[in-house]
Amino acid sequence: MQRGKAAGRLQGRTSATIGDNMKAPEFAYDRPETLAAALAALSAAGPDARLLAGGQSLMPMLNFRVVEPTVLIDINRVPGLDTIEEAGDLIRIGALVRHVAMERSELVATHLPMVHKVMPHIAHAAIRSRGTIGGSLALADPSAELPACMIALEATIVAHSQNGERRIAADDFFIGVYETVLASDEMIVAVEIPKQTARGHAFREIARRHGDYAMVGLAMTTATGVSLDNARIVFFGVAGRPVRAKAAEAAIVGLVAGTEAGECAAAALDGTLEPHGDLNAPPAMKLHLAKVLLKRAIAELQERVS
Amino acid sequence: MSGPLSVFDRPNSYIGRTVPRPNARRLTEGRGRFVDDLSLPRMVHAAFLRSPHAHARIMGIDTGAAKASAGVVAIYSGADLVQHIEPWVGVLTHLKGLRSPPQPAIAVDVARWQGEAVALVLAASRAEAEDAAALIEVDYEPLPIAIDMERALDLDEPVVHADFDSNLAWERLVEQGDVDAALSDPDATIVERTFTFGRHTGVTLEPRCLLAAFDPSERRLTVHYSGQAPHMMQYIYAKHLGLPEDHVRVVADDVGGSFGIKVHTYGDEVAAVAAAMLHGRPVKYVADRFESFQSDIHARGHRVTARMAVSAQGKITGFDMDDLTGIGPYSVYPRTSAIEANQVLNLTCAPYQLPAYRARGRVVFQNKTVMCQYRAVGHPIAIAVAEGMIDAAAVASGRDPVELRRLNLIPDDAYPCASATGMRFNELSHHACLDKLVELIDYDGLRAEQERLRAAGVFRGIGISSFVEVTNPSPMFYGVGGAPIASQDGATVRLDASGAVHISSSVTEQGQGTEAILAQIVATAVGVPLERVRVTTGDTETTPYGGGTWGSRGAGIGGEAALLAGQALRAQVLEAAAVILQAKVESLDIADGKVVDSYTDRERVTLADLARQIYYRGNELPSSLKPELVATRHFRVTDYPFVFTNGCQASWLEVDIETGEVKLLKHWAVEDCGRVINPKLVDEQMRGGVVQGIGGALFEHCIYDDQGQMLNPTMADYLVPMAAEMPDIEIVHVETPTSTSVLGAKGAGEAGTGGAPAAIMNAVNDALRPLDAQVTAQPITPQRILEALKAF
Amino acid sequence: MTKNRRRISFTVNGERVECDVLVRLNLVDFLRAELGFTGTHVGCEHGVCGACTVRVNGAPVRGCLMLAVQADGATVETIEGLNDTGAIPALQDAFVAHNALQCGYCTPGILITALDYLEHGGTADRAVIRERISGNYCRCTGYQSIVDAIAEVAAAPADGGAP
Repeated sequence: MQRGKAAGRLQGRTSATIGDNMKAPEFAYDRPETLAAALAALSAAGPDARLLAGGQSLMPMLNFRVVEPTVLIDINRVPGLDTIEEAGDLIRIGALVRHVAMERSELVATHLPMVHKVMPHIAHAAIRSRGTIGGSLALADPSAELPACMIALEATIVAHSQNGERRIAADDFFIGVYETVLASDEMIVAVEIPKQTARGHAFREIARRHGDYAMVGLAMTTATGVSLDNARIVFFGVAGRPVRAKAAEAAIVGLVAGTEAGECAAAALDGTLEPHGDLNAPPAMKLHLAKVLLKRAIAELQERVS
Repeated sequence: MSGPLSVFDRPNSYIGRTVPRPNARRLTEGRGRFVDDLSLPRMVHAAFLRSPHAHARIMGIDTGAAKASAGVVAIYSGADLVQHIEPWVGVLTHLKGLRSPPQPAIAVDVARWQGEAVALVLAASRAEAEDAAALIEVDYEPLPIAIDMERALDLDEPVVHADFDSNLAWERLVEQGDVDAALSDPDATIVERTFTFGRHTGVTLEPRCLLAAFDPSERRLTVHYSGQAPHMMQYIYAKHLGLPEDHVRVVADDVGGSFGIKVHTYGDEVAAVAAAMLHGRPVKYVADRFESFQSDIHARGHRVTARMAVSAQGKITGFDMDDLTGIGPYSVYPRTSAIEANQVLNLTCAPYQLPAYRARGRVVFQNKTVMCQYRAVGHPIAIAVAEGMIDAAAVASGRDPVELRRLNLIPDDAYPCASATGMRFNELSHHACLDKLVELIDYDGLRAEQERLRAAGVFRGIGISSFVEVTNPSPMFYGVGGAPIASQDGATVRLDASGAVHISSSVTEQGQGTEAILAQIVATAVGVPLERVRVTTGDTETTPYGGGTWGSRGAGIGGEAALLAGQALRAQVLEAAAVILQAKVESLDIADGKVVDSYTDRERVTLADLARQIYYRGNELPSSLKPELVATRHFRVTDYPFVFTNGCQASWLEVDIETGEVKLLKHWAVEDCGRVINPKLVDEQMRGGVVQGIGGALFEHCIYDDQGQMLNPTMADYLVPMAAEMPDIEIVHVETPTSTSVLGAKGAGEAGTGGAPAAIMNAVNDALRPLDAQVTAQPITPQRILEALKAF
Repeated sequence: MTKNRRRISFTVNGERVECDVLVRLNLVDFLRAELGFTGTHVGCEHGVCGACTVRVNGAPVRGCLMLAVQADGATVETIEGLNDTGAIPALQDAFVAHNALQCGYCTPGILITALDYLEHGGTADRAVIRERISGNYCRCTGYQSIVDAIAEVAAAPADGGAP
């Protein structure tokens, strides 16, 4: 189904299951110069190949020898995948757009303010120089910010294979830890995100230190800044993939941003959001933090309006 | 000696001045000289296969496939190496009853902690060595593990060493006065607490590393070393590898952080050196970050239960504590893994007048990474326990925490005196420091702000810590117990023909500024501009014999030796100049690199001209004049076992009671470390030390599962302090020079780390007090705060 | 295992380099061991500590998270090059004056991070500086003197030279 499954998350894994190594193993290296060549290489190589885009997550895995691919397919030379464009009501972001380009993009700042706000939370500047949106979404780290944001923003992930194009709603894209619906011969070429002109948004995360993976994070959009209808409440860092808190979304329909709505939404998480625990927080604490974030996000929406 | 002024009053004295470090510039240009920057011809690289089990018998090692792997040069098992490396035992005679079995460099029959090396691979590159290591097949038979220190002494707990009757490595009871009477006084306020401290580690940015080269034709070993104590390692390599000591040269150049981590004997390092001897090619070993977490010494895993009695008059009448610490399967050599507990027993409540004190310490073996001295050894625990109890007693007895300290700190005029544990104090200034701190932080202003914000649901806290710190240790620390650790140090100071002065010193540099302050001291003592002074440290071949840098001794001991040597050189120069210039010695002085008339400052001759005449044109000198322009002096502390410093710190922070996050708003320190040679360098030592202490207080923890596996051996999961979460730290000084030396300098390297965790913990608890929540477990994580608040 | 190599050519510190590199070799190991640019240091090999930060095409990059082969056609600068071209004299002076380094191991990575910050409009706001250097681990200084040094350079009036 997808390649990342073999890679275990470093956090929380016992040392016995990670090798003693910090130098990458041997692998073959291919650097296709066109999309067609990349797709052909991917198809030919089979499930033991890995795509190398930004490398900011793949390289540590290689260094730890948590993954030992037979071939790395470096797609950084594939043209046409590194632009941010306006396309009608959408912003189309190529898969190889670096985080730093998104951070500095006027289009993103104007039309996707949540993304603009999120970017400084993603690791640190040197990571953002290389990391790509395509890589981040394909990796599907459950504590990463962008997958949750894409769901909150109703993004569409555009994937290509030799069989053609597949357009996948972000809602349907993420399956589990390092697991997406991408087939082993498919690669992301772009992400299309509706312009957020009308919608309200809030983003919050709790991390032990600036730039760390979130203990719990929340990406939220609403119909408008005032109305909480059509809300998309997406938590990350709580499960194997980002979680839509649909019960909470339903609980605030018809409400405006304010303390009461916050309490309603938070209460709706009981019994519906069932977080996993990790080294930083047991499940009950993550649920508690999720409620706190949700209340604060809704308060933030209220504040922005007034 | 000439000149009417003491060395400190002289014009152009560098002592007490902030001058930039002469060796800092090149480090900003990428011109560092760290071990991994070195390359020698035919060099090979070492990698280790390490045990994945906390405790396992090694039934067999199959290296067949590994040996055939590309680039492999040799593979050694523990059994191969034990014939060439004498095992060591980490005990000292003055720690009565301390026991530890002989430790092989790498595991032979049994691996006793997850991460213990079981095989060494030499290959053309580190990557190839790792490739080969992955092909070694080890047949392990897992054995029962002991990893919970609370259960280590239970009868049904597995015993780590079959030859020992229990997991007890050492125990000590200190008792003075009648503690039970004090604690059973019905009129006293009694407080009781249990404190736990998470085991954590140093995380030096440059990992442990070495480059060893052996010349078999002369049987000479050279080890390029990243560490603090080259002479100690010279002894250890010689003894355990079967070489005469004078055939071993250890050279430390730039060291990328040490903090005590790199002052111990590591089996993997000795094995790599042995491999260089066996294989006849230089061997480079650089620990990677993963193995650093698993094999660098850990420290500070303690559980302390304490009770304290305070009289109605606010006087501490008794203190009773029980300290338990879990080390690894061996007491680390040669400094032992009992020193940390010993410090906890010796130093808890040390700043206070205390008529009755009882402290029991037990050190137990575990199947976890070995443990030993790490910056501030024991002080973070001793200070957090005492200061936490003081705050608890303040609350319980309705007193302000500053007020309770004022009632009990040893008065500034009470010296010399001794603590309940026999620690001898002199020239301390607890009250002066606390007074200065209270004023510096605007204590009353902070209390008012705290109150105002509480009403708005914002919870801020003030935490104070008052403490002593061990510095300038005498032989009583290690040498007396049989350790090959020098606690005297020397400096050779030489005037060259160019007029430049060269210092060779046995203390070492890891970035704290050792070389800078030695230069400042000698430039002042001799009378030359700072730019004309060169410093050599770290090379056993060319420096005087000494102990290196540890226990905050560089300035106080190394600096004193340099001062004495500098003064001796000055006298030599003036004696020769007097004869040559036909003047009275008392009428001459040296200033700015010139011999001058001491009353008129008129220049008589430059040092360069004088030196050239002496070196090149001896024919011009009277034959009775036999000038020496080089002087060596050594110094050790004799009057006291340690020269204590004292200080206090304050933390001002805010707790988010919904998320458990702690925001550090500000930190202050008032430190009395005796005479300050370079204020900026001392302050920067304090700041770095405070942040390291904050790490242990809030973030750092080596987390193990119940199989003895370390769960967080990466920089992503083991949390070190980074810039965004750290506060600005304001520092002021009180200066009470120690009379144990001319220089009067005490140490300053560790007080920051020792005092900070107590201040942080007290501030958190001060913030939470209205909510009836307390945290006494470090690191104080958001989880622990929320649990104390019963938030989930 | 055969040793996979690839021919690359790129510019390092202003010099054109052409060589066959092991595909598995990362950029910082290559710069240090093959080209002798030992000014950049290795601290963790998983991209967290920042000691290996170099500049690739003008952007700060973790040298341990990039393969040497990926530098093909790129312009790479290390601390040695930045020093020799006089790109960072104000920062270097400020670091020395404020003792914003002790052991010096983190320093090249931090200088490159600071340069990027200043080049992109970084101000003397201490909280912002702390956030922007929060991807570089320093164990010695506790960060305050580093913030002091960067803030001083950020606040200085722009003159003809680079920051």
